[in-house]
Amino acid sequence: MNTFSSSAETAFSLISSLDPMLAGIVARSLAVSALACAIASGAGLLLGAWLGVSSFKGRGVILALLNTALALPSVVVGLVVYLLLSRSGPLGYLGWLFSFKAMVLAQSVLVLPVVTALVRQTIEDAERNHGEQFQSLGAGRFVRGLILLWDERYALLTVLIAAFGRAISEVGAVMVVGGNIDGYTRVMTTSIALETSKGDLPLALALGMVLLGVVLVLNVLIALLRRWREQLDDTAPLAVVQAHRAAS
Amino acid sequence: MPAMFNLQAVSVRYGHITALTNCTLRIEAGERVGLVGSNGSGKSTLLRTLHGLMRPSSGQLDVDAQARQAMLFQRPYMLRASVLHNVALGLLLRGMAWSEAKAQAREALERVGLQGESLRNAKALSGGQQQRVALARAWACRPQVLLLDEPTASLDPTAKREVERLMDEFAHSGMTLVFSSHNLGQVKRLASRVVYLEQGAMLADLPVHDFFNGKLPAAAAHFLKGELA
Repeated sequence: MNTFSSSAETAFSLISSLDPMLAGIVARSLAVSALACAIASGAGLLLGAWLGVSSFKGRGVILALLNTALALPSVVVGLVVYLLLSRSGPLGYLGWLFSFKAMVLAQSVLVLPVVTALVRQTIEDAERNHGEQFQSLGAGRFVRGLILLWDERYALLTVLIAAFGRAISEVGAVMVVGGNIDGYTRVMTTSIALETSKGDLPLALALGMVLLGVVLVLNVLIALLRRWREQLDDTAPLAVVQAHRAAS
Repeated sequence: MPAMFNLQAVSVRYGHITALTNCTLRIEAGERVGLVGSNGSGKSTLLRTLHGLMRPSSGQLDVDAQARQAMLFQRPYMLRASVLHNVALGLLLRGMAWSEAKAQAREALERVGLQGESLRNAKALSGGQQQRVALARAWACRPQVLLLDEPTASLDPTAKREVERLMDEFAHSGMTLVFSSHNLGQVKRLASRVVYLEQGAMLADLPVHDFFNGKLPAAAAHFLKGELA
């Protein structure tokens, strides 16, 4: 039996036996990445919308820096957050190093440029095409940004999926600031790295398959949610109209 | 009586390109001004400048600050929301309370004959219906001046007639209309005065009868001949 088939078998047995250790790791991975995405999205959506509709001196420089930040190596982010949170660092008093919170912070920093840059591009395109019409209705820049943000909500779901994918698949940042402590800060990617270094390739690959499976399920759920909402937008009002007409 | 718009030698430039050159124009309340000219002649730039979406690079533009304005675009943008919310949006942005905005939006939809569609998703409407929603959105703000940028381009004949009928009704209610169009029949039907533009310059500004029957500058006559052929 080759490594791939034995990995698939291991992955299947881990999932089917509802291995508590695996469940804990998966739950921790999802919690860290989901929280990080929520924090980064809150800031990134607003920042991206503002950058998408604003024009000021130095905006080009900011955009260049932002786009460069898309290529930030996760291990560098981990290192910077480590330095901030270490005892002698400016945030050392928080005592977050090697904790769940430190991992959330590191992934938030990693994901923020992704959300901001992609939202900025989406809103800027929408502003170029339709901004004048909202301006004509009396909307200032900030309000235009918010309206376009809301109107592009389905397109922005894809941005959030990309951000979540970036967060849950990274290993460098959580390894550095979390320390891969068993039962405390161990997540899917750090487990995979650990099992690989121990030479247990089938288990490492099996964990990788579980990780991909989890992300796949999430993506399918979001795609279904999006389709349902879009159909609701198109058909539900019609149904209401018909009911209204029938009633009158 | 102060003019709605008074332009004195207004020029508008986009970077190195001059979109409007030395334009002098006075528009009084209640006039129906049709802007004609080929693509790129400056019609849209003139409308955007009148509406305050663009600033003159030189010259002087005086606008009656008391007169409420609204503008209709060639392809009106509909939010992914109900027809009613799309119309109410303009009122909300002008500071009206939500309940009042909805009531006024319903009235505006009735005005354009779309009261039965108020709960439909605006994006699912036909092009003609969307243009009528946009007209309702503009009318709901009770403007004294309505600027329209090729309002019936890409609409089918029935939708065109419907939009024209509404424009005519608005004009009869005393609204000042300034619209651009490639459809000279429409200009003949709706305008009281025609401004002809070419490459950003105003080459003719005549009452509608004189424009279609009188002596025109050679370029305008050539354009008219080509369009009517």
